[in-house]
Amino acid sequence: MNIFEVIGKSTLRTGAAIWDVMALFFKTLYWLFFAPFKGKFIGRRYIFEQMVFAGLQSVLIVSFVTFFIGIVLAMQGAYQLDKLGAVRFVASLISVSITREIGPVLIALVVAGRVGAAIAAELGTMKVTEQIEALDTMALNPIRFLVVPRFLALLFMLPALTIIGDVLGMFGGFVVGVFNLKIAPNLYISTNFQFLVMKDVMTGLFKSFVFAMIIAMISCYHGLNTSGGAEGVGRSTTLSVVSSFILIILADAVLTGIFYFSSV
Amino acid sequence: MAEKKEVVIKIENLVKEFGGRRVLDGINLEIYKGESFVIMGGSGCGKSTVLRHIIGGLRPDSGKVYLFGEDISAAGEDKMDGFKKRFGMLFQSAALFDSLTVEENISLPLREHTKLDGHIIKIIVKMKLELVGLHGFGHLYPSQLSGGMKKRVGLARAIALDPEIIFYDEPSAGLDPVVTAVIDKLIVDLSEKLSITSVIVTHDMSSVFRIADRIAMLHKGKVLEIGTKEEIQNSKNEYVKQFITGSPDGPIGFFKPDENYLQELTK
Repeated sequence: MNIFEVIGKSTLRTGAAIWDVMALFFKTLYWLFFAPFKGKFIGRRYIFEQMVFAGLQSVLIVSFVTFFIGIVLAMQGAYQLDKLGAVRFVASLISVSITREIGPVLIALVVAGRVGAAIAAELGTMKVTEQIEALDTMALNPIRFLVVPRFLALLFMLPALTIIGDVLGMFGGFVVGVFNLKIAPNLYISTNFQFLVMKDVMTGLFKSFVFAMIIAMISCYHGLNTSGGAEGVGRSTTLSVVSSFILIILADAVLTGIFYFSSV
Repeated sequence: MAEKKEVVIKIENLVKEFGGRRVLDGINLEIYKGESFVIMGGSGCGKSTVLRHIIGGLRPDSGKVYLFGEDISAAGEDKMDGFKKRFGMLFQSAALFDSLTVEENISLPLREHTKLDGHIIKIIVKMKLELVGLHGFGHLYPSQLSGGMKKRVGLARAIALDPEIIFYDEPSAGLDPVVTAVIDKLIVDLSEKLSITSVIVTHDMSSVFRIADRIAMLHKGKVLEIGTKEEIQNSKNEYVKQFITGSPDGPIGFFKPDENYLQELTK
């Protein structure tokens, strides 16, 4: 096989995968918005279960990661700002960078690793053990019963986790600022909110909304397209995490570009 | 046969190819109401593929599949869903939902497809479990069950909606001879007690002659012979004879001729 064949084949394969993910996305939207008018609702129980798993059970790891990132940012920021004699502005540096960028992206990556991988592995196992086919022969649509609840849960829970993470990240900075840099607590808090505007928070949440769709669609797609037993499940799980990571970073770059150029 | 029987499943000239390889090559079958019909053949002969076409999992490349007298190769999703509620299927691996208990597994189709009350569903689930001899196991998870028990739960789930047809994909796969006999007895019982049409795909000869009213033998995507149990047992066809007796020598060859082998070795 020469190089052109390799490039051509992988392009075709990627194109087909993008097409399939889009098809899955539109089918999900159909079951979410149109099917209920035909009396086919999504079970609240399934959504609730997924929300607990994707949201509630991720709170601890998300808090942990963002809290320490807040601390690290404070120390790194202080190291630089000290040279300018502006250590106090560590607070605004952290609040703006976390809400706009680091919070949504980092939390999406954590959730892609924790929840996305679990979705791909679970659906993949269901696929190779004929459970997906069993659902289908019972006239229970797999997208309606498996994909839509996971999609909805992530759509609600990732922005919620982002809010929690934003707060914890700022708190991490507060701890360093007050105990190490000896900034007065009320001065730190007022500086924290001095440059933080509503738009920072909203663009951050919008990003996490998009990331949630990416994680849900990619991990469900890889899960439902698993073949080849245990090895296949492993492959799907890896693929879902890797492609979610790449797409999250890519989407982040595009969205940041849009926000940046639209505000200039 | 003297009496005219009602046809529930009819397959006409079914052809299916996967990646250029012809897996089904003009299959013709008729399955009558209330009978136990066995589709047998070696691994890779296309018997599972035939089954996937009847349950709507695959669409034919050409040819037609009729279920309950209607052409399902052209049926839309809603219509197909209607058919799916009228048959049940027991999968090779039982395909129970790991995240649900035995009771929830069986009640799932009832909860989703009927408007029955919660405690009526509970009673129905208990009755189905009783039918497969697993009374009192409702609270367990599939991972806590043995292979034979999983199959029986799968069967209870398949009959949850009181289907007119049950499909069995390799019901004896991975089971010991005694459990196989138990499952076979259940299949016969169900088709007699509930007068359900049974379609069984298998290559386990001891099961075949216990269950079958009629048998179709598939080989390389074609139907070699169809007939009653007795007709197949006394078949003159060399392929069928070899398959029934399970002999390594015969027309169904797995070994390449010697010259090819030599050529390939020295290549």
